[in-house]
Amino acid sequence: MLVASLVAEAADPAQLVPAREQMAFTLGFHIVLVPFGVAFTFLMLIANYRGIRRGDDAALLLARRWSQVAGVLFAVGAVSGTVLSFELGLLWPRLMGTYGAAFGVPFAVEGLFFFLEAIFVAIYLYGWKRMAPWPHFWSGVPVVLAGIGGTSSVVAANGWMNQPAGFTLRGGRVVAVDPWGVFFNDAFWYEALHMLLAAYMVAGFVVAGVYAVGLLRGRRDRYHRLGMAIPLTVAAIVTPVQIFVGDVAAREVARIEPAKFAAIEMVTRTGTHVPLVLGGALVDGEPRYGLEIPSGASLLVGYSPGTRIAGLAQIPADVRPPDRLVTTVHLAFDVMVGIGFALLGLALWFALLWWRRRTVPENRWFLRAVAVSGALTVVALEAGWIVTEVGRQPWTVVGHLLTREAVTTSGNVWLFFSATVLLYVAVGAGTFYALRLLRRRWRSGEDTEAEVPYGPSRAGEPVDRAAAAR
Amino acid sequence: MSTFAAVVLFVGVIAYAVLGGADYGAGFWDLTAGGAERGRGPRHLVDQSLAPVWEANHVWLIFCLVMLWTGFPVAFAAIMTTLYVPLGLAALGIVVRGSGFAFRHVFVRTDQQRVVGAAFAVSSVMTPFFLGTVAGGIASGRVPTRGDGDPVTSWLNPTSLLGGVLAVLACAFTAAVFLTAEARRRDEPDLERWFRARAQVTAAVTGVVALGGIAILRTDAPRLFAGLLSRALPLVVVSGLCGIAALVLLRRGAPRLVQGLAVTAVGAVVAGWGVAQYPYLLGTHLSIAEAAAPAPTLVALTVVAAAALLFVVPSMGLLFVLQQRGRLEA
Repeated sequence: MLVASLVAEAADPAQLVPAREQMAFTLGFHIVLVPFGVAFTFLMLIANYRGIRRGDDAALLLARRWSQVAGVLFAVGAVSGTVLSFELGLLWPRLMGTYGAAFGVPFAVEGLFFFLEAIFVAIYLYGWKRMAPWPHFWSGVPVVLAGIGGTSSVVAANGWMNQPAGFTLRGGRVVAVDPWGVFFNDAFWYEALHMLLAAYMVAGFVVAGVYAVGLLRGRRDRYHRLGMAIPLTVAAIVTPVQIFVGDVAAREVARIEPAKFAAIEMVTRTGTHVPLVLGGALVDGEPRYGLEIPSGASLLVGYSPGTRIAGLAQIPADVRPPDRLVTTVHLAFDVMVGIGFALLGLALWFALLWWRRRTVPENRWFLRAVAVSGALTVVALEAGWIVTEVGRQPWTVVGHLLTREAVTTSGNVWLFFSATVLLYVAVGAGTFYALRLLRRRWRSGEDTEAEVPYGPSRAGEPVDRAAAAR
Repeated sequence: MSTFAAVVLFVGVIAYAVLGGADYGAGFWDLTAGGAERGRGPRHLVDQSLAPVWEANHVWLIFCLVMLWTGFPVAFAAIMTTLYVPLGLAALGIVVRGSGFAFRHVFVRTDQQRVVGAAFAVSSVMTPFFLGTVAGGIASGRVPTRGDGDPVTSWLNPTSLLGGVLAVLACAFTAAVFLTAEARRRDEPDLERWFRARAQVTAAVTGVVALGGIAILRTDAPRLFAGLLSRALPLVVVSGLCGIAALVLLRRGAPRLVQGLAVTAVGAVVAGWGVAQYPYLLGTHLSIAEAAAPAPTLVALTVVAAAALLFVVPSMGLLFVLQQRGRLEA
């Protein structure tokens, strides 16, 4: 789907396709790691709190092991995030050169949060053995707060690309900037909130999924039940909120980003009684093969079939997204929303089971659903990102800078792209392998690793190791 | 105002050169520590002392990039479209370094550790080298204002190569001094000797290369040369003196004093580069004032810098203090 959307137009500069592919690929890689830096730490602190407060060894063990996982993922996230910073200049110099003075402001704020995050992650990660329990717990709190601040800042920059504000352009140069206006652009609130909640959903469902697999395989101890219950509870609370925020966001997009909304709903001609099309594709400018719900889109946007929605035909032909881009955005949106509602169903199921039995559910079908939910949230996250990024095309800065004008003209991006893909595949494989190794080590109960060459000594577990051995 | 923003940017560059540099240098010693058996001690110390701090130190690079593209967007675009080869390689090197280090922490089998450890160590040498060539390209005025400068000679030139080699050496030197102090703190006399000997050798080599570099700069980057020997001369002298003092005191001096001297030696020479270039950002064709973003952006950056001073510096201090007191264990 994504690849199809990136086929070059004849008039496009040669570097456009590889530059977009590279940005999409590296951002798509990085965004999966974001929830684990931002929200996973929160889950860790819940377990940690419970562990100290109630003397719960299983919770403490979970917190500690999660922090090891977070350590690996945070490192990979930090360096893949750095690559994105380089890419902004290496791939999109016209964006940075012209708009850096405005666009850069949220990134400067983000830098601050990233500093605090990196510092306190380190203190928390390496403070398990020699710090007192409560100071150690509190050293994790800034990580969660900095994660929220950092995500909001980066999303503010993205929101600015969708709803550029807070600057004056004269003679192709930014001559005046209102930093406040740049940061709190019209798209900021709904995008930032939507992404933050998404991060909590991804972390929650993915981690819960891991322990659901363990429970399915018969490891039905307290450690696994708690390992599923903590993240699943967080995710289940967040999911309905996310559906609400997503709904508000969609209406805001319809109001202030009409071109994107037209692509999302495959609205061709401006009018009322616009149907909601599920699935399908835009072929020769007409929606095909989809399931139409009469007046659905109009009802969702304005609660009335008479609500007027702008169509693609209203966009000037030279900046109108081609059919396959529209299809990509539309399908990505459907996938995201579809998964969102499936997860809402799962959250309600969890609530129902909990309400009736007051124990962590061990129903096999429920566990299977939780196991799958992790992968599904990641898909939804990627799909949502496709909606906002591809949905902005052909613009990089809506109304100001076309993507084909922003792209670099130097060097050979294909080479850089190929090297990056090869490297990221290796790093991705390494990450999986490292996490599997951790799991194997935990399962055999040898968290304190053997003394080996190259190998640093790992701190011993402070808690009952027999409980972990299962 | 624009000068102030440039100073903030350069403080970031110095911080990265010193703190990030020490981490890269640790990778250099990791690379040269020999076989699995012989290198076990030094590698273990590198692991222990690097793990808690490298990510925080790495953020200085992000800080520099952000300050540059927000405060001086024209210069950022010019640098990126000219020096994209070394910068692209440095970006990939950063990925290899960071993930290699993180993986080595988890992997247990020697052969696997060897692979990721080698990836970590090799990229720890390559990355500062490429960043050094970038510095050399900028310092010798090879980045045109409009960007798209020569993609090859902008970083394959005498000044860039000098910058690359000096960067690697300076990293190795600071790291060796830091690790000597760390070994002493952990009461491991063998390792202390191991790193001290290397600190002495690199200090000497760095000094020789720096002296030889004067001749290179004189022909290849006359403006930088003139600046370094006039306005920036005090900094160059301070750098040299601190380097020598660190060398002399390495055996007997208090570890913290020696660390301070090494940091000053490296920081002063980087600061000297900045002072020598002033008031220009690129060559003699783009001044700081011309490249600067509108005033409100610079004010915003100043606010961010003040917030960093208020929150980040004490937090980083806390991290270092906890590490020095042995409260953080990898």
